[in-house]
Amino acid sequence: MLPEMIWLIPFFPLLGSVLVGLLGRRILRNWVTLIACLAPSLSLLLSLTCSWRLLSLPPEARRLRHSLISWVASGDLSVAFGFLFDPLSAVMTLVVSGVGLLIHVYSIGYMADERDYHRFFSLLNLFLAEMLVLVLADNYLLLFLGWEGVGLCSYLLIAFWFERPAAASAGTKAFLVNRIGDAAVVVALIWMILLFGSLDFQIVLREAPRTLSHGSFVATLLSLLLFAGAAGKSAQLPLYVWLPDAMEGPTPVSALIHAATMVTAGVYLVARSAPLFELAPVSLEVVAWVGGLTALYAASIALVQTDIKRVIAYSTISQLGYMFLGLGVGAYAAGIFHLMTHAFFKALLFLAAGSVIHALAGEQDLRRMGGLRGPLKITAGSFLVGALANSGIAPFAGFWSKDEILHAVYASGHHLLWVLGALTAAGTGFYMFRLYFLAFEGTSRLSPQARDHIHEAPWSMRWPLVLLALGSAAAGFFGVPPGSGLFQRFLGPVFPMTARETGSAVHVSGTGLAMASLVLSLAGIALAFRYYLRHPERPEALAARFPALYGLLLRKYRVDELYDQLVVRPTILGARALSGLFDSRLIDGTVDGIASLLVEAGARLRRIQTGHVPAYVLSILAGVVVLLGYVLAFRL
Amino acid sequence: MEWVVFIPLAAMALATAVSVVLLRNPIYCALSLIGTFFALSGLYLLLQAQFIAMVQVIIYAGAIMVLFLFVIMLLDLGHEPSPWPRRDRPRLLLSVVLVLLLLLELTVAIRPGISKAIRGPYTSAVVDAVGNTQLVGRLLFTDFLIPFEITSIILLIAIIGAMVLARRHLG
Amino acid sequence: MTATVPLQAYLILSAALFTIGVIGVLIRRNALIIFMAIELMLNAVNLSFVAFSRFLDSMDGQVIVFFVMAVAAAEVALGLAIIIALYRNKESVNVDEINLLRG
Repeated sequence: MLPEMIWLIPFFPLLGSVLVGLLGRRILRNWVTLIACLAPSLSLLLSLTCSWRLLSLPPEARRLRHSLISWVASGDLSVAFGFLFDPLSAVMTLVVSGVGLLIHVYSIGYMADERDYHRFFSLLNLFLAEMLVLVLADNYLLLFLGWEGVGLCSYLLIAFWFERPAAASAGTKAFLVNRIGDAAVVVALIWMILLFGSLDFQIVLREAPRTLSHGSFVATLLSLLLFAGAAGKSAQLPLYVWLPDAMEGPTPVSALIHAATMVTAGVYLVARSAPLFELAPVSLEVVAWVGGLTALYAASIALVQTDIKRVIAYSTISQLGYMFLGLGVGAYAAGIFHLMTHAFFKALLFLAAGSVIHALAGEQDLRRMGGLRGPLKITAGSFLVGALANSGIAPFAGFWSKDEILHAVYASGHHLLWVLGALTAAGTGFYMFRLYFLAFEGTSRLSPQARDHIHEAPWSMRWPLVLLALGSAAAGFFGVPPGSGLFQRFLGPVFPMTARETGSAVHVSGTGLAMASLVLSLAGIALAFRYYLRHPERPEALAARFPALYGLLLRKYRVDELYDQLVVRPTILGARALSGLFDSRLIDGTVDGIASLLVEAGARLRRIQTGHVPAYVLSILAGVVVLLGYVLAFRL
Repeated sequence: MEWVVFIPLAAMALATAVSVVLLRNPIYCALSLIGTFFALSGLYLLLQAQFIAMVQVIIYAGAIMVLFLFVIMLLDLGHEPSPWPRRDRPRLLLSVVLVLLLLLELTVAIRPGISKAIRGPYTSAVVDAVGNTQLVGRLLFTDFLIPFEITSIILLIAIIGAMVLARRHLG
Repeated sequence: MTATVPLQAYLILSAALFTIGVIGVLIRRNALIIFMAIELMLNAVNLSFVAFSRFLDSMDGQVIVFFVMAVAAAEVALGLAIIIALYRNKESVNVDEINLLRG
């Protein structure tokens, strides 16, 4: 009975989206709110029920499957709208619907003054539906449907205030960059059909080890294609450039899509395809290195950014790097664990930032904040919890998950990567608390308008903050003790091929490693304290001493400019050339040419029509004479 | 013996036909055509087609040509203006050439073997026994019944059409 | 000369009358006279039919001529109606002046 209801999990928000979208303008706002928040609640409820059912099953048999209806039945290929609920899906759906629900509630207050309130909630629900389809699919094609769907919703929501040029182009940028990754995924899917004749997870992931040899070119390329898609969706090097710009969208959007859910789709894809990746050690290396480098890279940019949301955005990119780092060294459960904890504290940070922006009537520049702890106590408190979790300070959630990853990295022999990860941890501590100190502590640098406007958020916005703070604080304990906590045991059977996580011999040095990274994080925080609280003039002095470096970091290593020169401009020039030369001259010329040719021919031929009947008779006679002559001469 | 009748009738037919084509006054043309019809009627008699001969006179000469004459007089047409302006010369020349070609072809088509075609059952003896008109009548109501009925519809259409086309439109 | 007139004689006469009719259609400019020439052509064909009917011992030819005459009558009625209507609009029956179908 329960498996047949899995499809309802994504269906409720879909229904909500349609109802709110079509009727939203005509019904009372309260109804919109009700429908839009009821949908994720129902999804969450159903997810909890399914998860509970999973727990009642023995660990090896924890999966619920149900195929709703056939989708593609073409020749040998058959794909269905099928849904799978196993521990991995459980984690994902709970995160998505849980955090999603909190953000929906938060949006009631945040978007209260918005004219297109209903459009926002319709899109938010639609996004939730697509994401749930993505994580509940039992085959790659349905997953891809959700994948594309969240990309679309991401575009629509980033460009929600589409009258703003910056927002519109940010949305387009996000969509286009994602598209590059998506193209790779499509190639991968086609290849899978050719190799395995199916896109079902069960079939592909079972046949892959049998059909492809370990370390083969096919396995490597296939998994790299999937990873390329993941890199686009999850904003890793080099396809991360859309995420900072995506901050043009409303803050709840940033919280939901770009912190907790959509960007984690790439991580989910790689995790789900683990058997495939296990066949290609090269791909895993690539994944790990891309993750690690991205983590450090993004953290370095975050050190000097002045927009509150941008800092958090780069932090997201950095933490996603950690997740891929974990996956790349085979610590799949650890990577997903970090995904879960990250969802809590990153969403929290975004929502708290949103609360600040809301309080300051739209101010987002850190240089014009300061001393907000007084008036915004709840916001400041929850932000602090989030910052501590993000920086990996025990006993908050981020500590447990991040250290599990770093432990696995070291234990697998990737010592250099471990150093990168540790440095990133230090940087994370620094930029996070730079953010906190600049915004909430110290002297107030507020503008007069902000000063007048300042007020704590309404309770509909405060409650989610508090709940997320609790989550950020406590969620880590699901994974205690490291390597064998509840979480790992729940998720373990999904990744049976990796035995690296369960060895207990490494625990001894585990504590040592954990201490090391903790110390580094604390050092980062201390540095931030010194620079931004005790001696506020120091940062500027430092920036003045290394102007080139500072400029480079501030301008995000000029990657956007680089892409513009390398990719955007040539494409536009090419398109112009095609349009001007090829399309206008050649194609239009041909088509118009044919038309005018016909017109000319018609005009010339028309002269035969003199309207003079005797002339017509004459031609008839001529024809008769000829025909008769022919018949007489040759036929009789 | 038949030739004695044939030659004059044929000559008359040809002469009147040429007159139709060459005379300038439409009334004279119409009258010439009537003459042609009479000549043809005579030839039909020579061919033992008495019924057709009578119908020829009654219908063609008696009804159709009368209609022509009425219209000519109704429209009060004088004779045709000067023949063949210069710019028409090439066209006229071509016409004549083509027509002569046509005549040539038609005569060539008449070969000796043409009378060796399949013969039907109605020999002169049979026809004389029953009677020409009766035989035609019999065939019209048996083998050719459907064309007969359709012809009646054609005539109906012609009546209606003529009325519609030729009436004066009010206003 | 044989006693009876051979079929070919009739056929040649018919061809001659037909061509005279064709010339008439091509040469004359008065619509009514052209019409008469057309009737001449029809009659020439009738002569052929009747001649064949006699020489092939078949009645079919005469029956067909009967129908031809009936249809010719209908055709003349309508044709003259058209000419009258044309005359009303253009005050002329000169085919050189009637070129409304000019493309």
